[in-house]
This record gives sequence, structure tokens and C-alpha cells, in this order.
Amino acid sequence: MITKRIIPCLDVKNGRVVKGVNFEGLSDVSCPVELAKYYSSCGADELVFYDITASFEERKLFTDILTRVAQNVFIPLTVGGGINTLDDFDRVLKCGADKVSVNSGAIKNPQLIKEAALRYGSQCVVLSADIKRVDGKFLVFSKGGRENTGIEAISWIKRGVELGAGEIVVNSIDTDGVKNGFDIELLKLVCEAVNVPVIASGGAGSIAHFVELFNEIPNIDAGLAASIFHFGEVEIKELKKQLKENNIRVRI
Amino acid sequence: MIAIIDYGVGNLFSVKSSFSYIGAEVVVTSDENVIRQAEKLLLPGVGAFEDAIAKLRSTGLDKVIIEEANRGKPIMGICLGMQLLFDKSLEFGEHRGLGLLRGKVVPMAGFIDKSLKIPHIGYNSLIFKKSHPLFKYINDGDYVYFVHSFYATDCDDSLLATTEYDKELTAIVAKGNVIGCQFHPEKSGEVGLNILKAFCEM
Repeated sequence: MITKRIIPCLDVKNGRVVKGVNFEGLSDVSCPVELAKYYSSCGADELVFYDITASFEERKLFTDILTRVAQNVFIPLTVGGGINTLDDFDRVLKCGADKVSVNSGAIKNPQLIKEAALRYGSQCVVLSADIKRVDGKFLVFSKGGRENTGIEAISWIKRGVELGAGEIVVNSIDTDGVKNGFDIELLKLVCEAVNVPVIASGGAGSIAHFVELFNEIPNIDAGLAASIFHFGEVEIKELKKQLKENNIRVRI
Repeated sequence: MIAIIDYGVGNLFSVKSSFSYIGAEVVVTSDENVIRQAEKLLLPGVGAFEDAIAKLRSTGLDKVIIEEANRGKPIMGICLGMQLLFDKSLEFGEHRGLGLLRGKVVPMAGFIDKSLKIPHIGYNSLIFKKSHPLFKYINDGDYVYFVHSFYATDCDDSLLATTEYDKELTAIVAKGNVIGCQFHPEKSGEVGLNILKAFCEM
């Protein structure tokens, strides 16, 4: 049967991975290419790259890096950050991305999902949603989680799937950075609402949190995290070994 | 030299990069002469069957591929490229394929358990059905990366490996010099590269 996926996420700014990283044996720990190769060799199932730059020049630097990653790493690559138009899709797909993640760009213009799915196929379009509890409701936030859109999260995700999104990344703002575990309540609701792969993000602080995620929500497809992998708090090899010991199917 | 056939479908960057990475001489081309001179052919493909086969026919590359395959040149189809090798597909209507392999491509919906997600996305393990030179560097049970909603069936004479997603689905086919992988070897880590390496040595 199909395996659960473990996905490290790399935020890239000015050609470097943001958030400190510290690995033995890596000559340049914040070099995205080096880090991507390292994660791939450790058993990461996919990689997500977020371009957190603004200027045109920096964007060129990002796509150059993406090209070098895609020449050296042979697992699926998802790219997000600043994806607002079909031209943005085109730009990163040409450099070796397999999937493109939309967030604020799709909130501004939901048709972007449909147009991209028609041109590149649903398998290529990932809808990423930053979600937070407000007065007992799950609402979607845009602009990196800073702006409350007032949109109800589950209906937004369902609409995204209807428009053609082939995969959903659920970032819980409430659990992000707290390292107290994934947002099981929210993720369950999303998994019940849609029949495309769902990737959990936000809150992982230990291996036990991944075990809890996959045990509590058998339907969830993947767990994504950033700093706990970068800082070596959770090692992917050990994580997958322990998932397997807990009868959770992983690629080893 | 390996020619990756460029007929305007999908992203060829990763396929090309993966062959370069293992040290193979590779070119992405739509040029008939280059394809005829190449030692091996790679037929990629992402998207809809009807659109892809129409593009192959409108460029005349369908005939070139069939002739070269019939001359014994090794050809590997990946994902939709594998599906195109078959007699026909029932993806949104009925469409004739290249006819290099016996069998047809049909939807997973209605065949596999309703609770499972379609497309079948992610790493799944290979179940070997026969031995083959393509398996030189990989093992039964190794994981490869799938993204598909349709699968090949009635292809018993070419079936090399399946994968289990509720039911057993066709994963690798081979009949003589004609080979197909439903998954993406260029996105399956070390295992995928080892499949491509074995193909290069065939």
C-alpha cells in the first residue's frame, strides 16, 4: 500500500535557507542545494521550497537555485511563495518544480487554481491554506498568516478542490511554532471534507507528534515541518524508523 | 545517446536531469533525424491521453516511434508515455494508442475501493511478476513515486511488476524492447535512478 510522506520545508531568501541549520558533514548548511541533497539522502519523500523574496532580482536567484536542486535531487519538488499568475507557474515548472503551491494568490483570484489545473493538471496544483481559530470558527488568513480574510476554512478548501487543486497543505497558525503537536481537530475536518491528499503542517515538535498524526487521522497523507528538521531535533531517518515500528507505512 | 521525445507535453527538465545525473548522454528533441539516430528512446508524458496522442500524430512522431520500436530500438514510456504505448485508452472516450503493447488503459474509479483517493499519489512498493534486466539494481518491494488516475489492464503478456492500491495495478510493463513505467523513475529517488541506469545498459 501507499506510504505516508515526510516533507521538509525550506524557506529561501536571498539564495539561502532561512532559519538556522546545523548539520555535521554539510559544508554549507544554509545552501539550499546542499540541504536538499542531504534531506533526500536521509529519506525525505518530497521537498517544499518557499520563495520568501520580493524583488525581481531575488526571484531570478531563487529559480537558479531551484534549477540546481532539480539537477541533483530526484524526489518531487513543490514550490510556493509569490505565485500569483500562470506565468509564475511557468517560471518555476521550467526550472524543475513538479508541483506549485498557491496561497494568497488564490485567495485574491480563485480562478488561478482552475486555470493552472487546466493547463498543467490537478496533480501540479497545491492549495496551501493558513488557518486560525477566531471566535470558535476556522478562518483563512492571507499574506503569510498576517491578514484575516474572514473566509471559512473548510468551505474554502472544498472550493479549491472543486476548482482543481490536487493536494492541500493545511498550516495551522494556532499550533505553528508551539511544538505541541499537529492540529488534529482541524486536520480531521479537512480530511473528512475532501478526497485529495492532505498534508499536515504546523506544530510538530517530536517524533511522537508524527506518530500521533498518522494514528489519529488514517486518511492524512503527509507531515510537513521545517525548523525541527533543520535544527536536527527530529532526524528523518530516525523518524521513519519509528513510524515503521508503529506500523505506519513509510518508504525506507 | 538517449533521445527524450519532446512533443509539447509536460515538463522534461527532471527526466533529462536524471539521465544526466547517472552519466548518460541525453538529448531532448522533436527532430525525427535525431530520434532515428538515437540508441534509445524515452517517451515522457503528463496530462490527458487524447491530447497527447493527438500531438504525437500531428507531428508525425507517432510513426517514427512505431518504426524505430519495430526495428528493435529500446523505448521506455513514463507515466502517460507508458499508457500511450498500448492499443487504446478509455480516458474520457475511447482513443487509439501507439499499439506497441497489447492492452488498454482504463479509469481507477469504480475499480478500487471508494474510500481511496484518486489520483493515486505517493510512494508505493513494486511487486515483481517476472525477472527482467530492468530489475538489475532494484529489489522486489522497493518504493517508487506514482501520480495517476488511470491504469493499464489486459496486458498480461507484458506485465513485469504491479503495485497494490486496494487492487494490484500495473506498474511496469515490457515486451521485448518496449518498456513502460506507470510511475516516475525520475522522481523516485535512488530506486528510480537505478531503473534508468538498468535501462541505459539494456
